[in-house]
Amino acid sequence: MKNFKPFLLAILVLAILTPIGIYLPEKLQAGDAWGELSPEDLSQEIGYVPQGMEKLASTYQAPLPDYSAGSMNPYLAYILSAILGVILTGGLVFLLGKVLTRREH
Amino acid sequence: MHIPDGYLGPSTYLVMYGASAPFWALSLSRLRKTLKSKMVPLLAFGTAFIFIIMMFNVPIPGGTTGHAVGASLVTILLGPWAATLATSLVLLIQALVFGDGGITALGANCFTMAVIIPFFTWALFRLLAGRSFSRSYWVPIAGGISAYISLNLAALATAFLLGVQPLLYHTAEGKALYAPYPLSVSIPAMGLEHLLVFGWVEAVVTALALFFIQRYDASLIALAKKE
Repeated sequence: MKNFKPFLLAILVLAILTPIGIYLPEKLQAGDAWGELSPEDLSQEIGYVPQGMEKLASTYQAPLPDYSAGSMNPYLAYILSAILGVILTGGLVFLLGKVLTRREH
Repeated sequence: MHIPDGYLGPSTYLVMYGASAPFWALSLSRLRKTLKSKMVPLLAFGTAFIFIIMMFNVPIPGGTTGHAVGASLVTILLGPWAATLATSLVLLIQALVFGDGGITALGANCFTMAVIIPFFTWALFRLLAGRSFSRSYWVPIAGGISAYISLNLAALATAFLLGVQPLLYHTAEGKALYAPYPLSVSIPAMGLEHLLVFGWVEAVVTALALFFIQRYDASLIALAKKE
């Protein structure tokens, strides 16, 4: 690998473009992915909230649900979520990769 | 394809944790033996790419949304075990921080996206392009085809898991306890949208990325033959 700049640049450009991923679905009136409706939305479709689902669905509340952050502008929150996610996932794998390749040193 | 908490009953999600666990353990032990330290940055970028490409929701006008996964690309660049690790960690962060995919469903989501996609991509790409040189025009095309088929198989597995829930868990009156739609609904719904739309998104993303990486440094494509 010659240098990482093109890869870093590609990830940064993608991060800035991520709001397309919420803007287009809104514009074209597309909803959630199939089988990923919230219990409330699902009950509108089938007329009830399945009992087991009601209990399990509240098992855990994520701090930044659906890549949003409270009252922050959703597009800005989406970009910041993208950057946070890149740092967390890329960083974790980088550290894990360093541990896994320790034998080389 | 990110099953949320509440859609799978306890015996299903426990079995799926059991199905994914050996792949997590094996990916760590295999990578400990095979991963080169100079490849670690590429693995980190691949992981970040998987995270970010999944944020690009592609709409079907008036219908549902879906997105590429990116695990096929990482498989072709770094092998299936690296893709299993990268995709699993992305799914973990998505569930813990962004509520995208459930905690209870993490085993199932890892099995479909971090096991099925990498290993089918690996087998298909080896079959189609295992003898092609890394600079060959055929590499991105074979990558796209492998990605298309693998994503569809993962969608089919997800549809199967969701579709068996009303058979496994229901009240005496026949009301679903977890995911409510039967196989006769889930398979066509998820199958068609992936065959017609999202599979193509995955294919184009994978092929384009491989095309650019070939021009940058073709030696990064581990599954193709070295020049």
